[in-house]
Amino acid sequence: MLFVENVILALNSLRSNKMRALLTMLGIIIGIGSVIAIFTVGNSVTLSVSTNLQDAGANDVFVSVVERKEEEPGKDAKVDGLKFGSFSGKEEMEDKDYMTVDMIHDLCEEYEDEIYAVSLSQNLESAEISVEGKDATVTVVGTNVGYYIPNKVDILAGSMFSALDFTDGHMVCLANKKMIDELYDGDYEGAIGKTLEFMVNDQTVSLVIAGVYETKNEYTNMFNFNVGTNLYIPINAAKRIQRSDLKFSTIEVVSAVGVDPETLSKKITRFFDRYYASNDSFEISAYTFSALVGMLDSILSTITSAISLIAAIALVVGGIGVMNIMLVSVTERTREIGTRKALGAKNSSIRAQFLVEAIIICLIGGAIGLVLGVAGGMALTNYMGYPATPSIGGILLSIGFSVSIGLIFGYVPANKAAKMNPIDALRYE
Amino acid sequence: MSEIIRLENIIKRFYIGQPNELEILHGISLSVRDGEFVSIVGPSGSGKSTLMNLIGALDRPTSGNYFLDGIDVEKASENELSEIRNKKIGFVFQTYNLIAKTNAIKNVELPMLYAGVSSSERRKRAMELLDLVEMTDRAKHLPEELSGGQKQRVAIARAMANDPAIILADEPTGALDTKTGRLVMDLFHKLNREQKKTIVLITHSPELASETHRIINIRDGRISEEGGAI
Repeated sequence: MLFVENVILALNSLRSNKMRALLTMLGIIIGIGSVIAIFTVGNSVTLSVSTNLQDAGANDVFVSVVERKEEEPGKDAKVDGLKFGSFSGKEEMEDKDYMTVDMIHDLCEEYEDEIYAVSLSQNLESAEISVEGKDATVTVVGTNVGYYIPNKVDILAGSMFSALDFTDGHMVCLANKKMIDELYDGDYEGAIGKTLEFMVNDQTVSLVIAGVYETKNEYTNMFNFNVGTNLYIPINAAKRIQRSDLKFSTIEVVSAVGVDPETLSKKITRFFDRYYASNDSFEISAYTFSALVGMLDSILSTITSAISLIAAIALVVGGIGVMNIMLVSVTERTREIGTRKALGAKNSSIRAQFLVEAIIICLIGGAIGLVLGVAGGMALTNYMGYPATPSIGGILLSIGFSVSIGLIFGYVPANKAAKMNPIDALRYE
Repeated sequence: MSEIIRLENIIKRFYIGQPNELEILHGISLSVRDGEFVSIVGPSGSGKSTLMNLIGALDRPTSGNYFLDGIDVEKASENELSEIRNKKIGFVFQTYNLIAKTNAIKNVELPMLYAGVSSSERRKRAMELLDLVEMTDRAKHLPEELSGGQKQRVAIARAMANDPAIILADEPTGALDTKTGRLVMDLFHKLNREQKKTIVLITHSPELASETHRIINIRDGRISEEGGAI
């Protein structure tokens, strides 16, 4: 009951000093606003990146050739057993360092029940294609049938390669919709069956357009920015064009239903160890999307907490502002405090009155900051091209923060008021 | 009539143990009966205010006994003093001391709020009291919208809120012109007569003091003279 009265009292007091109240709140508004904005951006980016990665390949294991690291005890740069980005470029990869078709074939045989598909791609050179004076630049990519399992590609017109296309390496291709837009003014149906002639790997090739595709989910392109202009051909056609054996620095293994990709990734690493045991410079690292997501999460949360620390400083500065204004307010209202005490207010009632006032200032400031922070954070997230998801945790945290700041920085002034001697307070001019 | 205030050999010293130790009250004994209207008169520096603070339970004596409505005040803790002020004493100040930006009725409700009276009860009692001091039509007015006399009447209503044992009025007409001062004094007489309220009036005006049942003269921290009952 007294609490309700205190809230009304606090609101009255703020209303009678609007400008001052607003200026006092400013620090809190900025502090809470920036914390919320940061949390919103961080949360949205993390969430959408992880969801997209999960969608793209929760069952996938990435297998790649990485530079062998000298083990430094105590200084392990691995994140969750993941060797990522450790390619310093000190060593040039030679033919013997790549994964071969044979190795992959053996892998599939050894783990027949656990591997659903292996996605292989062989990048050839990029090529200039001209059709009736219109140009497009593409990267020619040889692909196996497994490539189309994790990489969700939509066929807009024509058809996917046939089994024979893959095995016999027919000179057919899947063209990106953007390329058809450029070369055939978006006539997808009309482009089917057309022959493209261009130079790649120092020879002229002619490929028949079998289909037009579109990438289903743009976010799957996070790590493969060229996908948009890829011209897909069967991998055996690529082998024929480059006139050498296929070699891979990266492959993608899709685990079978009910198989834990994490376990499979360890098995794959062990499997390749036998081929790379004698290789001084390179080894195989297999990692899953969840490990990748975990790493992204940890990077993003580190950034978030670093920026939050700065915002927390703003909050503390805001809190000091609140304390300052509350001290002024207590001094200004000395006579009122004296009167209240003469009328029977206990020290605790006076303390509660000023504490509630400080908390109300912080809560209102926090609420304004919350609205601005969510709005700003969402605007920023949308601008960055991610769907915005406000962080509930961040919102609760900021409310908690506001109340705590009110309590912490309101206590000293409130206590000063509570401890006033009623006689002196009544006499105060 | 029973005794409502009883002071026995009250001594009040300040700055105890310091070189500038000062004894303001040198052993005051007095008693006020229930329903009495007494005045305490004395020049400034006589110890009048100190005595008022002690009677008002705003302070404790250095030695001596003080019983207010049977309660041993000098033994009370800080919180108990607050409660005594809340329930047993109604203060009326020279400068009204209404809470700013708080309307008349809320001001009257304040002591009841600290006493834990329910909000509907508070509102009802406050309206009755405003009616008693003829301020019903100004119930929703803020102190700054009221004249001095009106403010003092609200303050008197507030002093009556918890039906205290005594009303302690410190120069209640000191800031008012003669005519308004007269109205305020009449109100005190009415409360004393109709509500049987015990009133202790602190004043330096002999004319006002002469209207009361008994005059207590303070000089240099001692009661110099008692009497003047009408």
